[in-house]
Amino acid sequence: MLEHVDLSLIDWSRAQFALTAIYHWIFVPLTLGLAFIIAIMESIYVKTGNPEWKQITKFWMTLFGINFAIGVATGIILEFQFGTNWSNYSWFVGDIFGAPLAIEGIMAFFLESTFIAVMFFGWNKVSKRFHLAASWLTAIGANLSALWILVANAWMQFPVGMQFNPDTARNEMVDFWAVLFSPVAINKFFHTITSGYVTASVFVVGISAWFLIKKRHTLLAKRSILIASIFGLASSLFLAFTGDGSAYQVSQKQPMKLAAMEGLYEGKHGAGLVAFGILDPAKKTGDGKEAFFFKIEFPKLLSFLGYRNPDAFVPGVDDIIKGGFTPGYDHVHPMEKERTFSVEEKIRRGKLAVAALATYRDAKVAKVTAKSIQAMEELRLNFPWFGYAYLNSPESIIPNVPLTFYSFHLMVYMGTYFILLFTVVLYLVRKEKLEQQRWLLWLSVWTIPLVYLASEAGWVVAEVGRQPWVIQDLMPVMAAVSKIDATSVIITFWLFAAVFTVLLIAEMMIMIRQIKIGPKDGGTK
Amino acid sequence: MMFESMSIETLQAYWWIIISILGSTLVFLMFVQGGQTLIYTIGKTEPERKMLVNALGRKWEFTFTTLVTFGGAFFASFPLFYSTSFGGAYWVWMAILFPFIIQAVAYEFRSKPDNFLGHKTYEWFLIINGLFGTVLIGTAVATFFTGSAFSVDKSALTNLLDPAISRWQHPAHGLEALLNWRNVALGLAVFFLARVLGILYFMNTIDDEAILTRSKRHLVFNTIPFLVFILAFIGALLTMPGFAVMPQDGFIYGEPYKYFHNLIQMPLVMMMFAGGVVFVLLGVALPLLDFSKYASSGIWYAGPGTFLTVFALFCLAGFNNTAYYPSTFDLQSSLTIHNSSSSHYTLTVMSYVSLVVPFVFAYIWYAWKAINSKKIDAAEMEEGGHTY
Repeated sequence: MLEHVDLSLIDWSRAQFALTAIYHWIFVPLTLGLAFIIAIMESIYVKTGNPEWKQITKFWMTLFGINFAIGVATGIILEFQFGTNWSNYSWFVGDIFGAPLAIEGIMAFFLESTFIAVMFFGWNKVSKRFHLAASWLTAIGANLSALWILVANAWMQFPVGMQFNPDTARNEMVDFWAVLFSPVAINKFFHTITSGYVTASVFVVGISAWFLIKKRHTLLAKRSILIASIFGLASSLFLAFTGDGSAYQVSQKQPMKLAAMEGLYEGKHGAGLVAFGILDPAKKTGDGKEAFFFKIEFPKLLSFLGYRNPDAFVPGVDDIIKGGFTPGYDHVHPMEKERTFSVEEKIRRGKLAVAALATYRDAKVAKVTAKSIQAMEELRLNFPWFGYAYLNSPESIIPNVPLTFYSFHLMVYMGTYFILLFTVVLYLVRKEKLEQQRWLLWLSVWTIPLVYLASEAGWVVAEVGRQPWVIQDLMPVMAAVSKIDATSVIITFWLFAAVFTVLLIAEMMIMIRQIKIGPKDGGTK
Repeated sequence: MMFESMSIETLQAYWWIIISILGSTLVFLMFVQGGQTLIYTIGKTEPERKMLVNALGRKWEFTFTTLVTFGGAFFASFPLFYSTSFGGAYWVWMAILFPFIIQAVAYEFRSKPDNFLGHKTYEWFLIINGLFGTVLIGTAVATFFTGSAFSVDKSALTNLLDPAISRWQHPAHGLEALLNWRNVALGLAVFFLARVLGILYFMNTIDDEAILTRSKRHLVFNTIPFLVFILAFIGALLTMPGFAVMPQDGFIYGEPYKYFHNLIQMPLVMMMFAGGVVFVLLGVALPLLDFSKYASSGIWYAGPGTFLTVFALFCLAGFNNTAYYPSTFDLQSSLTIHNSSSSHYTLTVMSYVSLVVPFVFAYIWYAWKAINSKKIDAAEMEEGGHTY
């Protein structure tokens, strides 16, 4: 059937979403974290009255402003893209998905954009305390906006609090609180915002380390490192904790994503966690070959982390395709509690659901009540597999395993490294010994690109790992895409790529120059 | 217990009012875009341009945020519009969004050293945003009355080979709206109105004799074409057939003089419309008549006037059994506030959220007053504070 749905349209639409999301995510984490670091610094200034803290605050605020502007620029398209490129999706779940997006605008964006103006232009116009409040409100606004967009994203990964209405041919919200407080949403929110705090902390430590290397603005550098390494250490520890929570949610709700994250094809009891591995790129599901050229495992750890039981069965890609095992995860239809269905069976049931919807709608038009009631029951029974109807083969539910696997492992390695880095830096700066460790200062500088890489890798795991689902099990990409020609999307893809790349270059050049200029008013010594 | 007990029809009307408020606020706030197109016309020297850009730069985010919120609120309350219009009129929406992308960096990057593209490029970003943002948004809103070629079939979801519900039926994907002179007339009216508002905002915010003098002159130059284009559009609107809905079954049909009928059948809307026009004209007249006491407060008349006029236009499009997003390809695919809305539950949830809006307006007002407590002048630009 995919011959009929333009594959290049789907892939270019995915590529455009990926491109714009990746670009946007370069700037968002720094905004999330730096806003709080600045607010903390300004709080110290207000409390102590020491003008050097004001200069420190203003210096980081300059960098914040440059980053914020391009974050806004790259963000606008993401909101509208759900409509422009995924119009079927927008109707199918707009009743649920639209709400957090609107709430984000009403509750968060205005807060952020109103008080950021006070932050930048209000130094001589409003009182110290009002200015401080504006800085905190900007930080809260930015993080609130993250809350709502992450609630929306979590809902796509784990749809809850809704019911399908065959009359309107869409899912409708029935429980707002279930959407807001979904365990996936809560974990995702905390994991994502803390990743932003870590990014900002690495950014501040790295730039301050560069000042120390150059022996410029040393007081600013040391104070900034102190604040950022405390904030960064606390955040990175919490990041590890929420990372565990997120991975647990994935194993419970999206077992295929977990299998891809670990390159696990053949499931087993007491599955180990791959500490390091090189995948065989030729590996195919069901070919019986070893998935790895080489790997080192922590025994039983995957079972323990995923199911809180070292002997639990973790299904691999092959198991999920073939079905027939007893699922240990909690997100499973009652009919599958004993033995899971194969994907082939899920496709069959999905098609039954779609056919029942067609019958229902026809019967409603023809006013044949008995037939519509029967179709409704058939639809209700098979709706959990609705999205499978659009798949052309069981294998199409497998995401890109190597990309998910390597991204996941990169993220975990980096996360661990950041904890170590903050600990060492904090210890040395407290002992007044940091300046002598030039290797560590350089390491801190070069960690800046790594934190961005780790942060993007996290989103690659979350989004590539759930392909082909736009809404887990209910709608795959091929059923969600707008009816436009692929050429239009190809043109806009390259336009976005060109514009965003030019703006990124401009942003980096401006940022580097501002760092070299350092704090205004002579700066701290 | 307030919104739950309301009927779905009441909630739909309530949400159309919220959308209208956001849309009207957006058009008012497009004084930023209008002002951006005038930075070379009114600012003849670099320090003058700096004052103009900084005056606008303190407000651009309100316009931007209102646009984003308008989109989000439309999505949440009338998702079928979001799905049909954005996915169908792809090119017109992209053409609107691109200028906003480049605007968002233009202020912050413009005067920074090593900005890669040079400050003139960023100023041109502002001009492009001001021109295309206003004209195209005005053109897109005009299609609420003139219609577009699309079809909607929710049963298409069951066609596994081709499940798209909404389909645009014109290959230009929205840009064809520019071929209808009525749409373009509203687009140009919005453009010149935004410039009028921009000028009034400059007069209100900047303390500089040369800027004031030039602003006054350009106020006249822009008010005249604004009046020509808005009268042409309103004339066409009140005499053209519209898209009416049978309240019993939602059947959509063409009705001669529909929008004229809407105006006289909704006297409150007519009053808002007339009042809005009077306020806009008053806002323009005050600085020109040179009542020095009121010379700088034109924006506070023309702004609310704009709000009322646009609000009335939204009411004409959506209320009194009218299809607000008509399809010229298939009349029955036209969107009404009843057939395109979210469910009762979602509208109820969102209605509670809407109670936050007055607080949002309140803190925006407070912050606005705090920042604008003193007019911008050349001396402030040299003080070394944060400037664009």
